[in-house]
Amino acid sequence: MSLPFAASPAERRLLTEGRLSGPMPWVIAIMMFLTVLAAAGGLALNHAASNVTGSIAQRITVQIVEANPDLREAQTRAAMAALGDMEGVTEVVRVSDEEIDALIEPWIGAAGDEEGIPVPTMIDAALTEAAHNDLERIEAAVVDAAPAARVDDHAQFLAPLAGLIGSLTWLAFALVLLTASALAASVILAVRAALNTHRSTIEVLHLMGATDVQIARLFQRRIALDALFGGLVGFLVAVVVLLLLGQRIGAVGSELLGSATLPLSAWIILALLPLAGAAVSTLVARYTVIGVLKKLL
Amino acid sequence: MAAPMATTIAQFENVGLRYGTGAETLSDISFSLDGGGFYFLTGPSGAGKTSLLKLLYLALRPSRGLIRLFDEDVVTLPRDRLPGFRRRIGVVFQDFRLVPHLSAFDNIALPLRVAGVEETELATPVNEMLAWVGLSDRASARPATLSGGEQQRVAIARAVIGRPEILIADEPTGNVDPEMAARLLHLFDALNKLGTTLVVATHDIHLLSRVSAAQMMRLEGGRLSDPTGALKNPPREPRGTRSGKSAK
Ligand SMILES: Nc1ncnc2c1ncn2[C@@H]1O[C@H](COP(=O)(O)OP(=O)(O)OP(=O)(O)O)[C@@H](O)[C@H]1O
Ligand SMILES: [Mg+2]
Repeated sequence: MSLPFAASPAERRLLTEGRLSGPMPWVIAIMMFLTVLAAAGGLALNHAASNVTGSIAQRITVQIVEANPDLREAQTRAAMAALGDMEGVTEVVRVSDEEIDALIEPWIGAAGDEEGIPVPTMIDAALTEAAHNDLERIEAAVVDAAPAARVDDHAQFLAPLAGLIGSLTWLAFALVLLTASALAASVILAVRAALNTHRSTIEVLHLMGATDVQIARLFQRRIALDALFGGLVGFLVAVVVLLLLGQRIGAVGSELLGSATLPLSAWIILALLPLAGAAVSTLVARYTVIGVLKKLL
Repeated sequence: MAAPMATTIAQFENVGLRYGTGAETLSDISFSLDGGGFYFLTGPSGAGKTSLLKLLYLALRPSRGLIRLFDEDVVTLPRDRLPGFRRRIGVVFQDFRLVPHLSAFDNIALPLRVAGVEETELATPVNEMLAWVGLSDRASARPATLSGGEQQRVAIARAVIGRPEILIADEPTGNVDPEMAARLLHLFDALNKLGTTLVVATHDIHLLSRVSAAQMMRLEGGRLSDPTGALKNPPREPRGTRSGKSAK
């Protein structure tokens, strides 16, 4: 029975109504709801951004655009060999013809088999970060081996997306800061209001020889519980919304959107928010009470 | 109990009190209170009676002068030692200051709970106290449902339950009929006989004559009207104008 907010039975009965009144717990719930949503957005975007700028972005695709199938095949082998020999290339995979057919089918129909339309071959390669930074050297070597080769850097076409995700991430965290400050402000107001209605009680207890800590404890416990209640309600509603959103995203089935789901660490951070709210209100209550008492002598 | 050679329990020397930046509300207050004494504090409205009592029950610090309480200088006492002193003092406030959402029982129990008395050991003394002030059947009533006189008795019971060494009462008979006033005074007298030092501020001249052993202090315009004697002896006729004061 040693909750951080627990008071002795005697203390509990000193003050049965030192709690947040009226809509304050609900205001706290709403602020917490918004804070959790914004934080979840920020965390998901941050997670996605690390995917976009991380492993995906260090890949390149080499296309061999050559009408003559024999030459195309020869150059493909040459390019793969060149890539395979190079330092910093961690993986070289030839994209199979079936995969390429599947990729282009929506544009040119199932006619990929027809000899009339030359389809380029494609090689997927993963690079180390150092190699990726020195892309020109790799490109030169590949083109040297296969003149018909065209090197596409994933990072290049991901760059605008990464930039967008980065901006959205910052926006989300700025929103978290704003809603969290509004949350803290509403907690402070709620505590002040609760204390004002009990000012004379505080004074009487003070004059009876109650210590500052004794009096503060009465209020901070009650108020922390109310703030925790509001915070948990807001948090739980936000979690339900996030889970439903997650289902929708899963239904879309996009790899990029899929990477925007929340890792476990993000859930832990989110779950800490209502606790942090309760902790802030406890501290605010404590220091507000002690501030009032310090003025009393 | 004008006890011979009693120990001094409280002492004021040249105490002055100023609220904010105005003129002094209290000036050159010097007196000493003997342990076990019964003191009346009188004077016209606005003379500074409540202010003087506030200094005595440690709600205010003086602007100047020396105040000793229980043999310690309380003017320079660090703030965190004050609660211990306050627990030795019982106060009946001019406006009662009962806690509105607590029952009569819980209001009276407050000082014991503040002092950390176990719940199991509360009921007996609180019920005794309720019986003593004649409110046993109103134990669970909230202050708002009590009459003025009943509230006053709850306030007195609350002030007394912690067995304070000094009981300070500010106009304790302000809102009650003469009969109740006489009863309350009887309670005070009984406490005084048990050894509690009493300081009672009042306008009520009739009260003064009812406690034969009581000593009297008179405030006027923020000064004790007997500046030298420090009122150790009851001023029989303190050069004041009131004529018909019956000193027994
Ligand atoms: N907190 C305060 N701030 C400023 N002035 C005050 C304060 N409290 C009292 N005073 C002033 O000090 C003077 C003495 O007030 P006090 O309450 O001590 O008088 P009193 O003798 O108790 O009067 P009463 O018999 O009406 O209760 C009054 O002029 C009053 O206006
Ligand atoms: Mg007064």
